[in-house]
Amino acid sequence: MNEILTSAMNTAEILDGMECVWEKPETLVDVKMHYCPGCGHGVAHKVLMEVVEELGVQNETIGVAPVGCSVFAYNYMNVDMQEAAHGRAAAVATGIKRMLPDKYVYSYQGDGDLAAIGTAETMHAANRGENILVIFINNAIYGMTGGQMAPTTLLGMKTSTTPFGRDTESQGFPFKITDLIAQLPGAYYVTRQAVHTPNGVRKFKKAVQTAFQHQKEKKGYCLIEVVSNCPSGWKMTPVVSNKWMEENMFPVYPLGDLKLNGKLVND
Amino acid sequence: MNTNKNMSEVKLMKGNEALAEAAIRAGCKGYFGYPITPQSEIIEYLAEVGRERGMVVMQVESEVAAINMVYGAAGAGARAMTSSSSPGISLMQEGLSYIACAELPCLVVNINRGGPGLGTIQPSQGDYFQAVKGGGHGDYHLIVLAPASVQEMADFVFDAFDLADKYRNPVMILADGALGQMMEKVQFKKYNPEEHKVDKLWATTGKEKSRERNVITSLFIQPEKMEQVNLHLMKKYKEIEKKEVRYELLETDDAEILLVAYGLSARICHRAMELAREQGVRVGMLRPITLYPFPYNALRSLRDNIKAALVVEMNAGQMVEDVRLGIEGKAHVEFFGRMGGIIPSPEEVFEKIMKLDARLSNMTLKDIITSEIRHSHVSYRSVRKKL
Ligand SMILES: Cc1ncc(C[n+]2csc(CCOP(=O)(O)OP(=O)(O)O)c2C)c(N)n1
Ligand code: SF4
Repeated sequence: MNEILTSAMNTAEILDGMECVWEKPETLVDVKMHYCPGCGHGVAHKVLMEVVEELGVQNETIGVAPVGCSVFAYNYMNVDMQEAAHGRAAAVATGIKRMLPDKYVYSYQGDGDLAAIGTAETMHAANRGENILVIFINNAIYGMTGGQMAPTTLLGMKTSTTPFGRDTESQGFPFKITDLIAQLPGAYYVTRQAVHTPNGVRKFKKAVQTAFQHQKEKKGYCLIEVVSNCPSGWKMTPVVSNKWMEENMFPVYPLGDLKLNGKLVND
Repeated sequence: MNTNKNMSEVKLMKGNEALAEAAIRAGCKGYFGYPITPQSEIIEYLAEVGRERGMVVMQVESEVAAINMVYGAAGAGARAMTSSSSPGISLMQEGLSYIACAELPCLVVNINRGGPGLGTIQPSQGDYFQAVKGGGHGDYHLIVLAPASVQEMADFVFDAFDLADKYRNPVMILADGALGQMMEKVQFKKYNPEEHKVDKLWATTGKEKSRERNVITSLFIQPEKMEQVNLHLMKKYKEIEKKEVRYELLETDDAEILLVAYGLSARICHRAMELAREQGVRVGMLRPITLYPFPYNALRSLRDNIKAALVVEMNAGQMVEDVRLGIEGKAHVEFFGRMGGIIPSPEEVFEKIMKLDARLSNMTLKDIITSEIRHSHVSYRSVRKKL
């Protein structure tokens, strides 16, 4: 929209005569997010909070924000929340859930948090069939600390600590932890989604709804991986980063369900 | 026969079991732990009888996970605890720092064994510094209680949960393998957790429409805010230092030599004191019960009447630094310790007392104080008045 025009009109005037197609849910705090433009975190936050609002469970939901770019999630998500030490979100969520078994408990973690420093807590929460939802934002990089290699960094991918690209000899392979978790009997629902297209957002939302339903029915551990972008860490524009994600991330981390209702999808 | 209406029947129990039983009776709702000698009886006892009495008892993947589950459970408003021994407590330090900053009430039990490293499974007091000076990163304190009997292993659990709730602060019970393993008589006091319940309006129990969301965090990215948080904590610690100091004095009225010891070594000193008194040596004892807050004031009021303090620890000399801070060069301070899981015998301590006594009687007060100056950082001027 023309800048001069917008500054001259107030919000009410701009909206006058328009149909409201989306309203910020009450479960999202009305503040500006700190996430970089085009980053998947903001969309994932929005969808998650929409589901909480639509299910009417704001007063029954407790979130865990780990260390990573999403450590500030509690500034945006209007539910009770606990910040967790780096990697420990699944343990903190376990502590909450075991004390409040009838509440909804979710953690929202990055790849470094979930698949490097927190691998033990992640795997064991899944293996116990902990009745929680884990949302796993896989952007193949450490966003918060300035773009270092993550366990999920692709082979050949340049980061600040793999300036010549990740090589297997010194850094091993992209860690497909979601595939591993799907193998565990405690994991009930495991899926991999993306939120960079309207269709992806719809599917992710469906996945969150499914996971909340499972948690209500005490089915066990649910994991939703979101293959996401990090325009700042990848040093790309948002548009280019999404294209790069489709071309490079999706072949390694293919979207779709890995486990439904306790059964592996490809079995 | 049990005559006290406020106590239950007398039982013969191991220290670790008495502590576990007390935790159930104190209304602890969540126990999260990882086995390690010499304290595994705690989780074993709870696994056997805790669950059926309404407690969540979980053996988890590591002490790192355990302390973070305590964080989550305490943040959800429940009384929660973990227990471990030295190497496991080291793993918990990051979590404890977060818990202290987020001001979550909980109980952490350290049944201290000999270190450093994997060390030995025998009793030790080598974790004193770690327990009372912080242990993890940043400026914070645990409240530290040091039991010296199986009875206190039980009693201090109730006190620990009450103190934790009162100050929103983690409390540590610091004992050792001998106190954990020994069997003694114990009576549980009548304690109704409902009567000790405090409102935890800050807990994350689900945001009701009537209130703002609750956030439990230790992240305050702006330095100005972080400083405020620190100042708030310091204020709380000052209050704790003013109100919660606990210690025991034995035969200090006429004492010339003051034994200072806590936990198991206090029991040994007690016997050594009796032996020395039989020889006519005027020995008394200060037993710190809270290691943080430390009874500096007790030392300040004793220091002018004693000639020397003998600090006995099962380590290389840790609490002795706090004793020096309390005595401020106004009396001679000596240390005797055994390490690596060795418990000093009463006879060894007795011998130290007798040697010290012999030396003291050959020394003038001036000698005593100048020798102390050599051992401490206190300036000569500050003690000159006494000379
Ligand atoms: C114990 C510890 N080690 C290291 C750090 C530094 N640190 C903060 S966030 C982070 C990586 C976060 O990456 P990720 O989990 O992938 O989340 P993102 O920022 O990409 O969303 C690191 C290494 C820390 N806070 N604590
Ligand atoms: S650094 Fe990356 S992950 Fe973090 S907000 Fe920016 S784009 Fe998103």
